[in-house]
Amino acid sequence: MELKSNVPEGPVEKKWEKHRFDLKLVNPANKRKYTILVVGTGLAGASAAASFGELGYNVKAFCFQDSPRRAHSIAAQGGINAAKNYCNDGDSVHRLFYDTVKGGDYRAREANVHRLAEISVSIIDQCVAQGVPFAREYGGLLANRSFGGTQVSRTFYARGQTGQQLLLGAYQAMERQIGTGMVKVFPRTEMLDLVLVNGAARGIVTRNLVTGKIETHTGDAVVLATGGYANVFYLSTNAKGCNVMAIWRAYRRGALMANPCYTQIHPTCIPVSGEYQSKLTLMSESLRNDGRIWVPMKKDDARPASQIPESERDYYLERRYPSFGNLVPRDVASRAAKAACDEGRGVGPGKLGVYLDFADAIRRLGEKTIADKYGNLFEMYERITDENPYKVPMRIFPASHYAMGGLWVDYNLMSNIPGLYVLGEANFSDHGANRLGASALMQGLADGYFIVPYTIGDYLAKSKLEKVGADHPEAKKVEAEANERLKKLLAIKGKRTPDSFHKDLGKLMWDNCGMARNAKGLETNLQRIPELREEFWKNVTVLGAGEEFNQSLEKAGRVADFLEFGELLCLDAHHRRESCGGHFREESQTPEGEALRDDQNFCYVAAWGFKGDGQKPELNREPLTFESVHLTQRSYK
Amino acid sequence: MRITLHIWRQKGPHDAGRLVTYEVPDASPEMSFLEMLDVLNERLTAKGEEPVAFDHDCREGICGTCGVVINGIPHGPRAATTTCQLHMRSFRDGDHLTCEPWRARAFPVIRDLAVDRSAFDRIVEAGGFIGVNTGSAPDGNSIPIPKKTADLSMDAAACIGCGACVAACPNASAMLFVAAKISHLGLLPQGQPERFDRAAKMVARMDGEGFGNCTNTRECEAACPKEIGVEFIARMNRDFLRAGVADRPEKATAGGA
Amino acid sequence: MGGTSTCWVRQLFLSSIGKKSVMAVTGLVLFGFVVGHLVGNLQVFIPDDGKKLNAYAAFLKANAGVLWGARIVLLAALLAHVGIAILLALENRGARPVAYRVKTYREASYAARTMIISGPLILLYVVYHLLHFTWGTVHPSFNHDDVYHNVITGFQQPAASAVYIVAMALLGLHLFHGLWSMCQSLGVNHPKYNALLRAGSAAVASAITIGYIAIPVAVMAKLLK
Repeated sequence: MELKSNVPEGPVEKKWEKHRFDLKLVNPANKRKYTILVVGTGLAGASAAASFGELGYNVKAFCFQDSPRRAHSIAAQGGINAAKNYCNDGDSVHRLFYDTVKGGDYRAREANVHRLAEISVSIIDQCVAQGVPFAREYGGLLANRSFGGTQVSRTFYARGQTGQQLLLGAYQAMERQIGTGMVKVFPRTEMLDLVLVNGAARGIVTRNLVTGKIETHTGDAVVLATGGYANVFYLSTNAKGCNVMAIWRAYRRGALMANPCYTQIHPTCIPVSGEYQSKLTLMSESLRNDGRIWVPMKKDDARPASQIPESERDYYLERRYPSFGNLVPRDVASRAAKAACDEGRGVGPGKLGVYLDFADAIRRLGEKTIADKYGNLFEMYERITDENPYKVPMRIFPASHYAMGGLWVDYNLMSNIPGLYVLGEANFSDHGANRLGASALMQGLADGYFIVPYTIGDYLAKSKLEKVGADHPEAKKVEAEANERLKKLLAIKGKRTPDSFHKDLGKLMWDNCGMARNAKGLETNLQRIPELREEFWKNVTVLGAGEEFNQSLEKAGRVADFLEFGELLCLDAHHRRESCGGHFREESQTPEGEALRDDQNFCYVAAWGFKGDGQKPELNREPLTFESVHLTQRSYK
Repeated sequence: MRITLHIWRQKGPHDAGRLVTYEVPDASPEMSFLEMLDVLNERLTAKGEEPVAFDHDCREGICGTCGVVINGIPHGPRAATTTCQLHMRSFRDGDHLTCEPWRARAFPVIRDLAVDRSAFDRIVEAGGFIGVNTGSAPDGNSIPIPKKTADLSMDAAACIGCGACVAACPNASAMLFVAAKISHLGLLPQGQPERFDRAAKMVARMDGEGFGNCTNTRECEAACPKEIGVEFIARMNRDFLRAGVADRPEKATAGGA
Repeated sequence: MGGTSTCWVRQLFLSSIGKKSVMAVTGLVLFGFVVGHLVGNLQVFIPDDGKKLNAYAAFLKANAGVLWGARIVLLAALLAHVGIAILLALENRGARPVAYRVKTYREASYAARTMIISGPLILLYVVYHLLHFTWGTVHPSFNHDDVYHNVITGFQQPAASAVYIVAMALLGLHLFHGLWSMCQSLGVNHPKYNALLRAGSAAVASAITIGYIAIPVAVMAKLLK
């Protein structure tokens, strides 16, 4: 299949401006004749739903959470980037663009990233106007801080709760539209499948999680903003409910899944404490601004941190990457931590952890300054570990955190299925093979507030869409299939819980497709995952009924999809025999052990197409060309 | 550690519900409270008994989904902590824990420990926003905001909408939640144009949802995992009374060309 | 536009915060009475065999306009205070139809939790008080023109004194929460003055209780005759 990215002609900094003019508009009076279905109410979904409502479209928004305000964007801590250059430190749209392309290890679409950098500026203005209480300087102007992977301060933040505050802004904007009647929200409602009519996305099948009622909603376009799939690792920093169902069902209906192997392992998470562990907690990587990362020089050093003298500590990031030091990008920091632990120099129970030490910063800036900057993170750490980070160094370890891969979209954020738009983390995104800190919030809001409201109008204006109701034969068919699947899950009545399968899958993924991958491990997974899936469909137990509030049934459906998706992720990882960003292929490294990219053979987006159960997915390639940024091997030395 | 749980089991909103006793003989102090419930649920499922339904999502204390009243205290005994961030080290070996859902007419029980808090969304819908459309915003730095003001606004904005304030209030009042939102927006210059109107509309909706009245017991403040204070309730009272007493009634205006 | 005005008045005063503010304002009026009444009563301690006190009573009676004006305001405040308290209590009970099996209080003071008990008891006491000292119905030797005599002989009965002492303790409890609560309901809350406000409420409530109790105690102790 030929992938048409629809990137407009012209110099990169003029493309979006030109494109906006070229996009067809929908007459204001006609907008109310269209209905847009938005699935997911995180930053991307809520901002899109609010903007559509403001423009005059009818919107139906869906989320599985009990309130749209609880989408997992809420957990983002550190901040949001914008090329405002408020700090007078040489920032510009071009620099943000450059940093993001480079940070993404040259696996992102240049034009998209430039647009993102341009829009970043408007996002901050919009959020301030909505009442997002960003941190301020004493003079009353907006404060900034620096973040991993960059050398300027361009990150705006609201304490350690930036995601929460931005989401509340978008949620409130959406609630306002609910009040005007433009948006109708369906909370505790999960999308089970996608309805295509004449090849275009025209509806979704949902399950009301309270009553169990299966319903079909139809409209003129479907927008998926359903987040990422990091929970394929079972243990991740994602919320327990985050799942791959919506985009996986779309994939099975023909949408292409791009770069699923690009997953981000975040370096600053609280280490695992036991078998029962249900999720991992991330602490903002802004901690790396003032914390110094180290492990003991000696292997199996059992002394407490305070008794290890300076001379016997290895500040390995500062040693290996003198110019970026503790602020190297996430993938580099994570791999370095793994390497230290693999050498037997890890700290804490199980030796899976490294120190993040604030002693120097506290000496230099005082405890109060540190508390002002990171107080809530320190509290959170203490609550979980019962250790006081003002006194003893934090212990951190990488954890699965974000998915750069996702459904393939063109420049208009439309997938290869007409009328199916994919926003935020759910699309294969602007982050290439690795996302820089404070860029996810930027992308989610850029997509929702400032891109899709324009591009969807172009689609609607150009398409001739017949009326499709819930009684359309295609809708009926998809609804029957979704029903069937749930009935099947309930009928197995096996011996194992959905969670136990999820844990097994997670372990396979972490061990063989985590921070470092090799052909052998991936082949193991490609064999083991189908076996596990087969066992699941024979031996899972789901109690209760379909027509009621049934959390086991929700979980089982999500695990079933992860069991299919995990295999595709490994397949993609297996085919990409290069190291890039979050995907480190052991067969492809420099003599010093740094990631080695292979631009000759892999400078493309891998977009996989579903060919049927048991069939090998089809690989489509979208070549990546770089006109403004030169392909170089990343170096943070 | 051995924990004896007395958990509220209720099939649906119209079921009477009752406390059922379960034993977890091998809880670990490092586990979170919800992980302890996970362990219980896995065992119940394996035995063919339906697991305990409870709401949870982020498990890092920010989404506001979780909430269990443990021995009469919403989110359990540890101050400034959500249920998901509560660890078993806060309890002792041999403890008996009574686990109940948030109880309020405005929060009907869905099943077991899960309740419907959509009343909160409807209160926000009534006016908990600043009415600006996308795209019309001036530069972020065009309105300087004193740091103290921004910080105070952030204190209020930290509300996670969990509903512990309602659960803790002897009268099931939602004043702290509503006050937090009204204060978050009302403190900022951007929120001034709608400040008094917002207070009036949100309070009216709050009253319509069937929450109780505030009797200034300050139980809400003690239960709030984000330590939001009743100071904001006083602020809301001021704004609301000012709106009620001094604001001009809305006039129907004729449409212009 | 009359229609709009009745509408906004109803909206304001039947809203939860409106009702609370009525409680606060009427509470303030009643509090003012409690203070004034105490100041008047304390004249009993002036060692002139009750001349000043009786003169004060006579003065009030002579100015019927002022007296009845005050009485009407007080009665209205009392009715509003009680009526809305009943309304609030009913609504609050309805807001939690299923009670907790276990409920632990962390912050709410005993006074705050028992307003709905101390309030009606004080009301009952007020009725008794009127029967006792205003109308003399339940007084052993009531003399319309000699307040001092009524006080001394009234409190010489231990049962009557006991009722007064208990009632004034309840009043103190009611005011302890009521005074701070009144400020909070009307929006008076500032981090600079909150500690003062809390302490001040407690001090004033205690002072009022002590002041009132001092009279029966003094009579019983035969300091007043």
